[in-house]
Amino acid sequence: MSLLSNTSVLLGKELRTEFRSRELLTTTCVFIIIVLVLFSFTVNPGTEQARQFAPGLLWLAILFAASLMFQSCFLREQVNDTLSSLRLAVTDPFAIFLAKLVANTLFLLLTELVMLPIFAVFYNIPVLPNFPVLVLVLFVGSLGIAVTGTAISAISSQARMRELLLPLLLLPLLTPVLVVSSIVTTGLLDRDPVVQWKGIAFLGVFDLIFLTALWLFGQYLLEE
Amino acid sequence: MTATTLAPTGLRFDNIDKRYGGLYALRRVSLEIAPGECVALAGRNGSGKTTLLRIAAQIVLPTAGKLTFPGAAPNTSNGRPGYVAHATMVYDELSAEENLVLFAKLQNVDNPAARAEDLLREVGLFERRDSLVRTFSRGMRQRIAIARALIHRPSVLLFDEPATGLDPLGITWLAHALREMHRAGGTILMSLHGESEISALATRAVHIDAGKIIADTNTGGVSLRSVLTFGAA
Repeated sequence: MSLLSNTSVLLGKELRTEFRSRELLTTTCVFIIIVLVLFSFTVNPGTEQARQFAPGLLWLAILFAASLMFQSCFLREQVNDTLSSLRLAVTDPFAIFLAKLVANTLFLLLTELVMLPIFAVFYNIPVLPNFPVLVLVLFVGSLGIAVTGTAISAISSQARMRELLLPLLLLPLLTPVLVVSSIVTTGLLDRDPVVQWKGIAFLGVFDLIFLTALWLFGQYLLEE
Repeated sequence: MTATTLAPTGLRFDNIDKRYGGLYALRRVSLEIAPGECVALAGRNGSGKTTLLRIAAQIVLPTAGKLTFPGAAPNTSNGRPGYVAHATMVYDELSAEENLVLFAKLQNVDNPAARAEDLLREVGLFERRDSLVRTFSRGMRQRIAIARALIHRPSVLLFDEPATGLDPLGITWLAHALREMHRAGGTILMSLHGESEISALATRAVHIDAGKIIADTNTGGVSLRSVLTFGAA
């Protein structure tokens, strides 16, 4: 019970500080739009080539945006040593992770909400025919990125070469999520759409495994 | 500041070692602080005072040894120590009131808003309760840091150079607040540099050097100057 109440209080804090400053959301949205617009010049919109490459670019843009997000996730807590005050206050340290994880997932989904119409227009790929399944893929994929990224952010924030360490640890761990998400999205955006449930299930299992690992070992990542 | 009597809780360090790589920050530190005692921790920069306080706050885990809180009521928020560190440990992007309410809620304090309001009045920041902490001066930040540490009415208080940034009026207020907490039965461990109104509250002084306790003196009305500057020559 205290885990849930602590998580909701901390999530409120995460959302309040972000929506007050809008630092992360503005940066990631601008960044993601630049990436999508720049790459749109390399392929002919609406062609078969665009349908094949665009889902990969979409997930690459999501990965870049997420990396920006995770860089400051735990680093912000070091400015005034607020991570220590949180650890002193909460009963279960997993609440700190859970709040940051939910906030990161929400911020990623918000960024994707801004990104999808731009993606559809610039690459001339209709996203509405399989929209509910596309949203599901974006959700499980983003959750996988957020779980892994939140854990790695906690590790890298305490390291000396943190800017280098985060992508170095994050990218290999996220390879399965990115590959499967891209394949499932390509299937969904094809002229003859295919829903690859096995891929979606794989993403769900990945999320569950990493979430369990974070729950079991997360507290050790916060220790000094 | 604390009208209610605090649960008598002590603090006991048993053979505490803390090592960072090959460097010992603390070596075989054993110290017992009885419930209601007010202990001053003295020593040069880098002697291990902050590490000892962070271990007592359970922010840093000792490499070896054991920390216990004799008499602490299990599973209660005020069984946890209140800790004031060098950093403010509050959020710059939240207002003074939002910060206090946040930490009150996390520690299951009854009526968080009322408790936050009371403390804001006590620390003299009620008029600025809606201002973001990032707009505060160093002294105001220290006041909100102290309020955060007191929000859950802790029985054990850990202060790392609490007078830092406070003006003479602030120091007088802090000394008064600590005296009230001491009267209510609170146990206080604070690191200090030099003599002040705050150091005058200490009934015992522990001198630490190179991670070891080298003197443990009952002040018994003796000027703390000799204790706090002990071994400095």
